[in-house]
Amino acid sequence: MSGPSTYVPGNAFTRWLDARLPIIRLGYDSFVAYPTPRNLNYWWTFGAILSMMLVVQLITGIVLVMHYTPHVSLAFASVEHIMRDVNWGWLIRYMHANGASMFFIAVYVHMFRGMYYGSYKAPREILWILGVVIFLLMMATAFMGYVLPWGQMSFWGATVITSLFGAVPVIGDAIVTWLWGGFSVDNPTLNRFFSLHYLLPFVIVGVVILHVWALHVVGQNNPVGVEVKSEQDTVPFTPYATLKDALGAAVFLLFFSWFLFWVPNFMGHPDNYIEANPLSTPAHIVPEWYFLPFYAILRAIPDKLGGVIAMFGAIAVLFVVPWLDTSKVRSATYRPLYRQFFWILVVVAVLLGWLGSQPAEGSYVIWSQVLTGWYFFHFLVILPVLGKIEKPKAVPESINAAILAKSSTH
Amino acid sequence: MTMILSGSKLGRLVGATALAIGLSAAVPAVAEETAVHGPVVEKQSWSFAGPFGRFDKGQLQRGYKVYKEVCSSCHSMKYVAFRTLADDGGPGFSIDEVKALAATIKVQDGPNDTGDMFERPGKPSDRFPSPFANEEAAKAAMNGAAPPDLSLMGKARAVHRGFPWFVFDAFTQYQESGPDYVYALLTGYRDAPHGITCADGLQYNQSFIGGSCIAMPAPLADDMVTYDDGTPGKLQNYARDVAAFLMWAAEPKLEARKSTGLKTVMFLVVLAGLLFFAKRKLWSKVPH
Repeated sequence: MSGPSTYVPGNAFTRWLDARLPIIRLGYDSFVAYPTPRNLNYWWTFGAILSMMLVVQLITGIVLVMHYTPHVSLAFASVEHIMRDVNWGWLIRYMHANGASMFFIAVYVHMFRGMYYGSYKAPREILWILGVVIFLLMMATAFMGYVLPWGQMSFWGATVITSLFGAVPVIGDAIVTWLWGGFSVDNPTLNRFFSLHYLLPFVIVGVVILHVWALHVVGQNNPVGVEVKSEQDTVPFTPYATLKDALGAAVFLLFFSWFLFWVPNFMGHPDNYIEANPLSTPAHIVPEWYFLPFYAILRAIPDKLGGVIAMFGAIAVLFVVPWLDTSKVRSATYRPLYRQFFWILVVVAVLLGWLGSQPAEGSYVIWSQVLTGWYFFHFLVILPVLGKIEKPKAVPESINAAILAKSSTH
Repeated sequence: MTMILSGSKLGRLVGATALAIGLSAAVPAVAEETAVHGPVVEKQSWSFAGPFGRFDKGQLQRGYKVYKEVCSSCHSMKYVAFRTLADDGGPGFSIDEVKALAATIKVQDGPNDTGDMFERPGKPSDRFPSPFANEEAAKAAMNGAAPPDLSLMGKARAVHRGFPWFVFDAFTQYQESGPDYVYALLTGYRDAPHGITCADGLQYNQSFIGGSCIAMPAPLADDMVTYDDGTPGKLQNYARDVAAFLMWAAEPKLEARKSTGLKTVMFLVVLAGLLFFAKRKLWSKVPH
């Protein structure tokens, strides 16, 4: 995609270095000369925003670890120590806690953008799959991170979610005991979650590198959904995309600031300001908001094992989306029917999230079942069938042609 | 300029949101809500609410007095140290006042160089003393229900908001449901309405989120604490002042947070503005 490298070392040192470790060349080719479609809209800035959030989480997390104590009798107090006694500790901790929410907001936007514009279609299947892997790793990391403050929701959320593995036939109970490192969520659980919570972000960094690598091999998709055909279709990454990404990131940071500085506990649960107590179960055990759609799917199925399968299935189905969608046209702009179903899916996901926060009783369960049914129906039936029966609108010849057509109508 | 959403897409988004609201409004109509969620708690006006919120030092000092003379006889506040009473953004006691306040308690310390534990007067670095040695002692003394620690009470309780209120809360920056609840609870003791009987040792409280009856007897009444600044000794004043004090105790860096936020946002607005114009100039030569 990028074609032959156009990097020319400017002085004796960079020439010397380039002949030994062409690292400047790699950076130049990837983030300066890299041709990017010139018609990208602001939904495409979320890749850069996600990279920024990953770095924010890493830095704040590493600082938090300097002051945090992973022990059941000290963890809660050490978080309060951070909030009260550590210089700027309140800022670091609120950044990390709200940063996780921001990370998920950005990743959901990023994923829905990919679905709207068909960014998972050939030749970008591996790129998409790596993205789903990152999403899974993020979920595991966030779940274990939420346990670390050792509040009531930390403890009971961990108990509920790890118990799910007990639904596995025959060896379920053994798996749960193995995960806990004992016969209940206790100090060994907290310690291993702490260890993994520190490890997984670096695994995410690794998969992100693969994700970006795959992206730079196949090139970016774009709102028109036709491949780049000539140099007329692209602009160099720097300064064009860099500046646009920087603007997107600055606006996103403003959004982040709103929550961080004024409603830092909006996305959290008040019960997590009560220290974990294995003898007192909260009235409602709810996971963090970003898990709620999947939590609703879990509880929609009356059978425990069935619920677990549905919940993991809801994520697993994303891996095969590139093959479920049979349409030859990528962008929803030219797919009048798909576009409707896309927005319905967005609404279904939001409603499932809301249902996941409600008690699992009465009509909430029925609605969860209906919407869970629709979720799978969308991926397993609508996507394959729609590609066959939908009559797409005429797709422009090239990105440049689409831009010319657009500017002539203005 | 590429817009984030073209007009037609925006229309569809609005349509979808309307559908979402319509659908979800239909759901709770059938669900049994009241059994699960607590009573409605009225919003109070707080000096520390909103983007420029600041604690009222006089109120925090009064609230501390109510805490010290009433609450602290049963409740611990183990994460709050005396020294923080003199911190910026707090009740604003002087260092000498804090030293004097701390010195009124006895703290067990040690071991000394002969290996014995000893008692000494409190220092500003000490945390607020706990009335009971441990939770079991508290339970034994308090009819089986240990009074919860108050360090985080301002953030550890919240009234269920439900849809769509929780969405508005994000926009209106409503983060005071904790003190609103504390105020409602402290002023919520009533005679049990017809049909509700509280077990022995429990009292009816119209605002308690844990049920109709609460183990804590009505802790405050008119003229119970004498305010030094002439504020009338009314139950409502005691409840409001101590709720504000509990919010400060739970979030002692609230003022630093909000003022850092204002500076950060001002910086980001300027940065985003500069980036916006730079980006527009750069892209103006490129049709896109």
